[in-house]
Amino acid sequence: MQSRLNSLIDALLPVLATLAALLVGAVMLMFLKVNPVVAYAALWDGAFGSSNAFAETLVKATPLLLVGIGICISFRGDVINIGGEGQMIIGAVFATWVGLNFTGLPGWLTITLAMLAGFLGGAIWGGIPGVLKAYFSVNEILSTVMMNAIAVQLMNFLLRGPMIDPAQAEMASQIPQTARLEEIFRLPRLVPTRLHLGALIAVILAVLVYILLWRTTLGYRIRAVGQNPHASRYAGIKVQRYMVLALLLSGAFAGLAGATQVFGVNYRMITDGSSSGFTGGAGFNGIVAALFGGLHPILTIPASILFGALLVGANKMQRVVQVPSALITALNGLVVVFVVSSEIIRKRRQRRREADAKLENDSLPPPTGSGDKQLNQAEAGS
Amino acid sequence: MISDLFTVTVLVGILASGIRLSTPYLYAAIGEAFGQKSGVLNLGVEGQMLLGAFAAFYVALTTGSLWLGLLTAMIVGALMGLAMAYVTVNLHAEQGISGIGFYLFGLGMSDLLFQKLMGTVETVKGFPEIYIPGLSDIPGIGKIFFSQNILVYGAYLLVPIAWFVLNKTTLGLKIRSVGENPDAADSLGVSVSRIRYFTIILGGTLSGIAGASLSIALLNVFQQNMTSGLGFIAVALVYFGGWRPIGILGGALLFSFINSLQLWMQVLSIPIPSDIAVMMPYVVTILVLVATVSKVRAPSALSKPFERGD
Repeated sequence: MQSRLNSLIDALLPVLATLAALLVGAVMLMFLKVNPVVAYAALWDGAFGSSNAFAETLVKATPLLLVGIGICISFRGDVINIGGEGQMIIGAVFATWVGLNFTGLPGWLTITLAMLAGFLGGAIWGGIPGVLKAYFSVNEILSTVMMNAIAVQLMNFLLRGPMIDPAQAEMASQIPQTARLEEIFRLPRLVPTRLHLGALIAVILAVLVYILLWRTTLGYRIRAVGQNPHASRYAGIKVQRYMVLALLLSGAFAGLAGATQVFGVNYRMITDGSSSGFTGGAGFNGIVAALFGGLHPILTIPASILFGALLVGANKMQRVVQVPSALITALNGLVVVFVVSSEIIRKRRQRRREADAKLENDSLPPPTGSGDKQLNQAEAGS
Repeated sequence: MISDLFTVTVLVGILASGIRLSTPYLYAAIGEAFGQKSGVLNLGVEGQMLLGAFAAFYVALTTGSLWLGLLTAMIVGALMGLAMAYVTVNLHAEQGISGIGFYLFGLGMSDLLFQKLMGTVETVKGFPEIYIPGLSDIPGIGKIFFSQNILVYGAYLLVPIAWFVLNKTTLGLKIRSVGENPDAADSLGVSVSRIRYFTIILGGTLSGIAGASLSIALLNVFQQNMTSGLGFIAVALVYFGGWRPIGILGGALLFSFINSLQLWMQVLSIPIPSDIAVMMPYVVTILVLVATVSKVRAPSALSKPFERGD
């Protein structure tokens, strides 16, 4: 009972951290001469007020979840993947190429191939920094950041040149976008809203990643390498291989996130020159969601919905009280800071529990006491 | 045409703008190097730069004083550093992740303030080029080295100063010992937390200047997310330079010269797609990292919170 209460309090810490961030946000809103209650009511209404609003929240949550479960893998393997943005872009490019070129196949087959292509594209874009880290000691934070910048330029180049919509190529406007996907090649919608199959795929994959990490040898090894690379090496695990795998898989899920954005939401790729123009910042916010979920794929599901809701609600808030949605980006940052800062409370509580337990053990009358215990056990066994 | 690149005017132009472009990287990366030398990885540089860039620009725009703008940027950067120091030193928070939090905070906050206080993109007259009698008139060299704004000179002065402080002073010795072996430093009476507070706040201040060097010296505008990854590149340059100011200078120059080269190639309409050209500095940086980074070792206590053992 006591331990369940303890773990409940631990689980509530991120929630408290979010409330603290929203409180800071309320102060900021008051500085902007906006009633925080009205602003947050608009935010809530925008995110959950109607079935349409909730569907939008889930649509926004989908890429966060896909990036987030990838982040669970890489951070568990002690590899920091900041390259979600670039991996999403390359995944989307691969998938879009399939969607626009494999038009002779049945719809479901093309979609499947496109999703796999997205997975592959992200895997390549994550795998490169993985190889660089494992075999050339290039810090993955740096290489993934560089790979983001490269991916953006690659996207801009492709959408302006080789992959440009033939209709745009003929027009003077030359908008950098691909042709639209034909209707049969789009991810089907689940209910009469914009909610698409990608959301369901993401949830299923979250469960699968949980199984991968905690029920398979592969997952065990990735986590072992993350916790103690030296011990893992002594245990005969090929540490470098699992580092590469952790980043590669992490990138693959981000790539899939990019693919679902094209096939489920936009139906084409279009660039405004920046990475967030395509990803909506999901490559970064997915990290936030995963951290919030304690790097646990299943808990990343509600975390993604929370941050999806904040992002969608922010738009409504912007309309109702004229506060730029950038406020929510700032608050997301504070949530991250508060969540990682609150870790110390969890650790202190845990240490105190251990100390208490030790104290209790020490105060037991040593030999006879343990003898009694053995006796009791023996009796119970017979 | 390619041959256009090899005229004296163009070469001088490439070198001069390369030196100018390296300024924000130098401030931010040297600041980051101080933090990392003491064992703290600050990934929030980009956020500090954005807030610094906005603060400098807004104050310069409203008061008309560039120096007041610069000072505000430094204060804003220092405050961001103070917050980062509290979170990482006192609360032992994971450094990489809290840095991302500070990045998002700076990104959103600068955008919010920009939209609320300004709304539209405006320009200011930034720090002017300084004319040094005699030196500025030397053909070529004068244009490259002696016709830059004050913040450029400041950045280049910072490199030897940082080297001197880190390697030749007691403070530098303390910083390095705290980054290499905090337990030993602590047992010798060096306050690990005080040193780390100092380096992180210094790093924030320099990031603030880096932001200001963009908004009131180099580009003279403020836009949402105007740093677009520059702060992260600065962190990369610290690794690139092997935690040495001189190495950071080399990296910043390499990166900026290639950047300057690609800008000039676009100006001269050399038939390389501009998107591919913009990619070049990043590709080259990765390649150089592959070739060099494994030879230098990071500070041993980098990104590890310090807790005094009992």
